[in-house]
Amino acid sequence: MKKLITMLLVSFMVFASLTGCNKPEEPEAKAIKIGLSGPLTGGAAIYGQAVRNGALLAIAEINAKGGLQLELKMEDDEADSTKADTAYDVLLDWGMQVSMFTVTSGAGSGVAPRYDADHIFALTPSGSAPALVYSDTKVYATTFQMCFSDPNQGVGSADYIKTHNLGTKVAIIYKSDCVYSTGIMQKFVDRAAEIGLEIVFQGAFDDSSATDFTTQLQGAKAAGADVMFLPIYYTPASSILKQAADMGYAPVFFGVDGMDGILTMEGFDTSLAEGVYLLTPFAADATDDLTVHFVTEYQKAYGEIPNQFAADAYDVVYALYQAMVAGGVTYDMTAQEIADIMIAQFTTMTFDGVTGTSVTWAPNGEVSKAPKAVIITNGVYVNAE
Amino acid sequence: MAFLSYLINGMGLGSVYAIIALGYTMVYGIAKMLNFAHGDVIMIGAYTAFYCLTLFKMSTFASIIIAIIVCTVLGILIERLAYKPLRKSSSLSVLITAIGVSYFLQNLAQILFGTDPKVFPELMKNSTFSLFDGQLTLSYKTLLTIIVCILIMIALTIFVNRTKTGKAMRACSQDKEAAQLMGINVDNTISITFALGSGLAAIASVLLCMTYSTFNPTLGSMPGIKAFTAAVFGGIGSIPGAFVGGLLLGIIETLTKAYLSTQLSDAIVFMVLIVVLLIKPSGLLGKKIHEKV
Amino acid sequence: MEKTIRKIFDKKHISRTISYLVVIGGFVAVQLLMNTVGIKSLFRSLLVPTCCYIVAALSLNLVVGVSGELSLGHAGFMSVGAFTGIIICGVLEPYLALNWLRLLIAIILGGVAAAIVGLLISIPVLKLQGDYLAIVTLAFCQIIKSLLNNIYLGIDSNGLHFSFIENRVSLIPGGKMLLSGPMGATATTRLATFTAGFLLILLSLLIIYNLTYSRYGRTIMAARDNRIAAESVGIHIRNTKMLAFVISACLAGMSGALFGLNYSTLQPAKFDFNLSILILVYVVLGGLGNITGTIIATLILYALPELLRGLQDYRMLIYSIILIVIMLITNNRKLKDKTDALIADIKARLPKKGSAAHD
Repeated sequence: MKKLITMLLVSFMVFASLTGCNKPEEPEAKAIKIGLSGPLTGGAAIYGQAVRNGALLAIAEINAKGGLQLELKMEDDEADSTKADTAYDVLLDWGMQVSMFTVTSGAGSGVAPRYDADHIFALTPSGSAPALVYSDTKVYATTFQMCFSDPNQGVGSADYIKTHNLGTKVAIIYKSDCVYSTGIMQKFVDRAAEIGLEIVFQGAFDDSSATDFTTQLQGAKAAGADVMFLPIYYTPASSILKQAADMGYAPVFFGVDGMDGILTMEGFDTSLAEGVYLLTPFAADATDDLTVHFVTEYQKAYGEIPNQFAADAYDVVYALYQAMVAGGVTYDMTAQEIADIMIAQFTTMTFDGVTGTSVTWAPNGEVSKAPKAVIITNGVYVNAE
Repeated sequence: MAFLSYLINGMGLGSVYAIIALGYTMVYGIAKMLNFAHGDVIMIGAYTAFYCLTLFKMSTFASIIIAIIVCTVLGILIERLAYKPLRKSSSLSVLITAIGVSYFLQNLAQILFGTDPKVFPELMKNSTFSLFDGQLTLSYKTLLTIIVCILIMIALTIFVNRTKTGKAMRACSQDKEAAQLMGINVDNTISITFALGSGLAAIASVLLCMTYSTFNPTLGSMPGIKAFTAAVFGGIGSIPGAFVGGLLLGIIETLTKAYLSTQLSDAIVFMVLIVVLLIKPSGLLGKKIHEKV
Repeated sequence: MEKTIRKIFDKKHISRTISYLVVIGGFVAVQLLMNTVGIKSLFRSLLVPTCCYIVAALSLNLVVGVSGELSLGHAGFMSVGAFTGIIICGVLEPYLALNWLRLLIAIILGGVAAAIVGLLISIPVLKLQGDYLAIVTLAFCQIIKSLLNNIYLGIDSNGLHFSFIENRVSLIPGGKMLLSGPMGATATTRLATFTAGFLLILLSLLIIYNLTYSRYGRTIMAARDNRIAAESVGIHIRNTKMLAFVISACLAGMSGALFGLNYSTLQPAKFDFNLSILILVYVVLGGLGNITGTIIATLILYALPELLRGLQDYRMLIYSIILIVIMLITNNRKLKDKTDALIADIKARLPKKGSAAHD
């Protein structure tokens, strides 16, 4: 008899844990629920942590104003598309009303069609691949980007190298299993052909070969490359810088936004990154009021200088807030109702944030923002213009 | 000239494979089992050396010694706890256990040390020199790796052929029961083999981290499988075979990366393994063993 | 009719009946839940992968449990099936509006493709034994992954475009990349359904039970238990093992096709050594050769940690300990006796408590 009761109890518990999604748990919600998934562990963890910090800072500031209240839930996706898929489900079950999408492009490209199908508004702070806002055949209505897109970065990098005459022979090392990396690489190569920039070497690597770059570096060196373009994340980039130094090879290194974070990598010898160029929409040494306020508050809260991921996330929350207030979003609205309001707002509004002023969005979700180049000097970013 | 530098780099990589392959080949020779966890012993070695260097600020030499000690103890522990109870079981169960141990170490490391890659501290600075009027630049690290590998090979050959323990190891690998009848403690000999292989894994881990600079809990898995390929290639159970197999595999891998495609290099390395196993299962320098009924 | 009924409740076939009951019961229960109270989306999205893993584990059990050869490359067959399925669906999309029919064709062709690959691989693999056999299956899995990582395939109104190693596929507007090298398939239409997964499990149960209870099944098991003895009574070992291997590959391919069509983005790197090991853990915990056990083990090991997200970090650690402990207990006389005694002890105590409650 006892056994039977236990069995019944267990099955009831399982039943209870699996069911009941459609009814919200508390009768009256007191905050807009914002979902977010990003890498908190693994080789891209610095991005996810920075985004979380930036977003939480903005939310704390907004909530302190006493108006519309916001609440954030972040799920770890390790920058992986299948994990991001599960994270999306967890966020749905939580009752997400509006989303900060994913931190990385690779994770976001898998869930973008789901945001579109479920009609939930999502604004990514840092997922820069076009696959997050449209595919070959379809534009995703509800997904928007806060960061400049990959094609922009590829073209911007090629133009910068050409006009500032950083070198004549370019080598590229890219990560072939990453949407972000290959996307930028492709645009860079196309643009280089247009403006007459010579590419002498292209080396690829993937997740299983992301530690040993000696062969690629040797190839680049043998080809006589004097500029090395690295459209990759900071972890492999740190290995490349180290291994290039080991073999006495010193071209000009040019990274994109993924290079951001390299200086805060634990144990990394920052002198290796001296003279490295990278693209960012955000400079922590800027003197406008908004940036100064953000940088001081961020330093107070987390004890480090924010990178562009933190800045983008900070802007995402403020942009969402601006649109929600302007569109009159209330706590009891469904995610789908909010999405309609947000789309209308985002395609018409202008936004001023720390990563750019007078920012607007195209109907396909891309942002009007130009990448800026910075150079690492004495361990800090210095505007390279 | 580029070809020469690829070749030398391939030899550097191959030397690391060779040192790891020794661990596989000796254990396979004696215990007739594929110690799948060997690659993860390397990873533990890397973390030990890393924390000795960064957290406890020890000297390079002391860190390497401690890494060797930790790996040796770990090797003996794994053998005693997981493999020894299964010595008379089918190879299927032993292999599954070995995979279990490998995953256990990897996931334990993920929980203890985190999945984020760690940057290994610099042990040798400004370490390049040029030959042929600067046309060929080599790093001391590569040379050091090759030299360490050769020294280990020589030392191990002397150990196996000349010392009493070495002779006991050879006796056990040929016939355990006969060896036992001759008064050899088979259990201890197998433990010593595991200890030796794991100690070498610690050296390999430091060499790997010196060249790669970043590492994470999966550091050992790929080099481990490739080193096993090298051991089979050279002839399992043979020490010179591990050396030759390791070097050849390293060179094949580097040249494929340089002249064919980075993404195909794994495919080609494993192709080599399959072809060797089908055409000459005893490897380049191994002896053919007949199955007894 | 009477014969069939007797067969169902026959002691010899009781485990078969239980397997079918577990699967059908699970399906009905979930369907009921879905149509009455509704289920959490996390749970809903786990349904199809769970089915895929069950089929993959069942098929691996055919090789490891029934045939007694350790295959470490099962993910490779899933991978072949998955990407074949995705390509077929992509190609058929403009011509065939019926989703279920496209899914069916994709699953069948995914299975066929994996079976062909399995047949090709089994020729060299089954020449080897023991550890060497295991490591070669692992090598093949890696090779499949590497090759898929280099395939670029696109489709537009001019037909299919293919290139290897470098992406030289240029499509006219309106075209679509089906496979882009290491990035795999992107923006796939999700076709997989829970019903399809359920039917696939039923199909694999049907195939596996019929195979193991047939003459072939008995020869396969004879070859597993004593190769030399089996050979001496005239069993052609390679042919029997090859049959098991190819059927297993085919089922794995089918499960892969269903798995692949459950995600909109899928990289070849997803089907790596870790996945092969994961499936192996299900098989080992369920009991080598035990089909009901495999299904239940998969349900517990896959679905539970996903539902209890807090356990995620420890999941693989727990699995590895399960692997080691089960191997030690089942293979070591001393440990086996001790656990048996322990279990007997616990059993002896339980009814006591029960009777105390009745007093």
